[in-house]
Amino acid sequence: MEYSVKVKNLSVTLGGHFKALKNINLELPIGRTIGFIGPSGAGKTTLIRCIVGALRINLNEITVFDKLAGSQDLRQQVNYMTQELSVYPDLTVKENLKYFITMAGYSRKAAKDMLIEVLRLVDMTNISESLVSNLSSGQKQRVSLAVALIGSPKLIVLDEPTVGLDPVLREKLWNLFSNLASKGTTLIISSHSMEEAGRCDDLVLIRDGRLVAHSSPTELLHRTGTKTVEESFLKLVGDKE
Amino acid sequence: MSFIKTLATTKRVLSQLGHDRRTLALLFIVPPALLTILKYVFQGEPRVFATIAPMLLGIFPMIIMFLITSIVTLRERSSGTLNRLMTMPISKSDFIFGYAIAFCLLGLVQAMISSGVMLGLLRVTVIGGSITTMIVAVLAAFLGTALGLFTSAFASSEFQAVQFLPALIFPQLLVCGLFVARTEMAKPLQWLADIMPLTYSVDAMKQVTISSSWTNVLSRDLIVVACFAVVALILGAATIRRQE
Repeated sequence: MEYSVKVKNLSVTLGGHFKALKNINLELPIGRTIGFIGPSGAGKTTLIRCIVGALRINLNEITVFDKLAGSQDLRQQVNYMTQELSVYPDLTVKENLKYFITMAGYSRKAAKDMLIEVLRLVDMTNISESLVSNLSSGQKQRVSLAVALIGSPKLIVLDEPTVGLDPVLREKLWNLFSNLASKGTTLIISSHSMEEAGRCDDLVLIRDGRLVAHSSPTELLHRTGTKTVEESFLKLVGDKE
Repeated sequence: MSFIKTLATTKRVLSQLGHDRRTLALLFIVPPALLTILKYVFQGEPRVFATIAPMLLGIFPMIIMFLITSIVTLRERSSGTLNRLMTMPISKSDFIFGYAIAFCLLGLVQAMISSGVMLGLLRVTVIGGSITTMIVAVLAAFLGTALGLFTSAFASSEFQAVQFLPALIFPQLLVCGLFVARTEMAKPLQWLADIMPLTYSVDAMKQVTISSSWTNVLSRDLIVVACFAVVALILGAATIRRQE
């Protein structure tokens, strides 16, 4: 099996004393939607930041498509949506996307097509001229998501992408994520919502900086003899404690 | 470094400010308004106003650009946009120079408006000419931009960013020679003034008011201001990290 991300014995200490991640080992297959699931403060965002190369780690602890996490070659291949808004509230939706498309290295002509495409993907074509500051929090979230969908990345890392979105749009986005995965893109999606976990192909359960489990939702339910991911999570956490 | 990405950053920064009318007012209306008020403050002593007004043209752009750049850059650092950009295929120079060009252009427009008001409406005579006046004002704006980019790295909130104004800029204002000639100040303050960039910006403006030709002192002053700005830009670039 080919892997998009390999994590070996990763431990991260933040602020000199807080152990955010403790000896994580993971191999994430290509072309899947992989959910990083766990409560707030579990270490999901820290792990994500290590994978995209935003956090300094020891050499060889993480490779992405066989290159060291954060290496220059990966900047065209990995798109990242942070938990914060990470777009410019004082620009319109279109101005934001145009800027990030240019930063992604698209030519003027290709940028036009890309703009139309990402606006369509997040269903924002009709409000593309609106200032981001005037949008609802769910709409702002979609602008940020649109930036992460620019181009043809091999890995898309989304930190809590569906927070604040209405159920209809959430459904559309999960279909989009599945569609992207079926075309070979790997998606890492962090969420503290156990309900959404069932939509992923693979689950990485994290708690207190430790890896609790890594398997498909079906395997997880089978192994724990439970009916929901939430029950599985609670059972696994209970077993470990 | 990519020319297209640098210009895209410049365009983006200008678009952001274009949507913000208050900031535009601070940039383009406040400096000439302050000069106008000052003219009437010194109504009984027009010679004093004629002396200090050009010097203020070397100070206002620096202070205003410092303030705006430090806050805009801080927002970029704290809102996650800089983090996002640093995971994209852009170089730090695209970002830094994009900002520097944007604020220098704003500095140019500000200098044109302020010097236009000063030379035209307020009837101040600058024998060095309006072009030289504007060159000094734009360099002062460049210095303010570079210092703002650099110092924003040491603030974690807009409140902290504003604190750099009294901490870093006001001392320079006191010793730069605006209020008292530097030679009349205590020796330690003269030494302090010698290592402060605002001193050279104000001194350059003084040169423009006393000489009709381009003097060596003026060249020296402008080179010193430009060097300070470039060093601050390089240090500013060093504070932008792809990895924490």
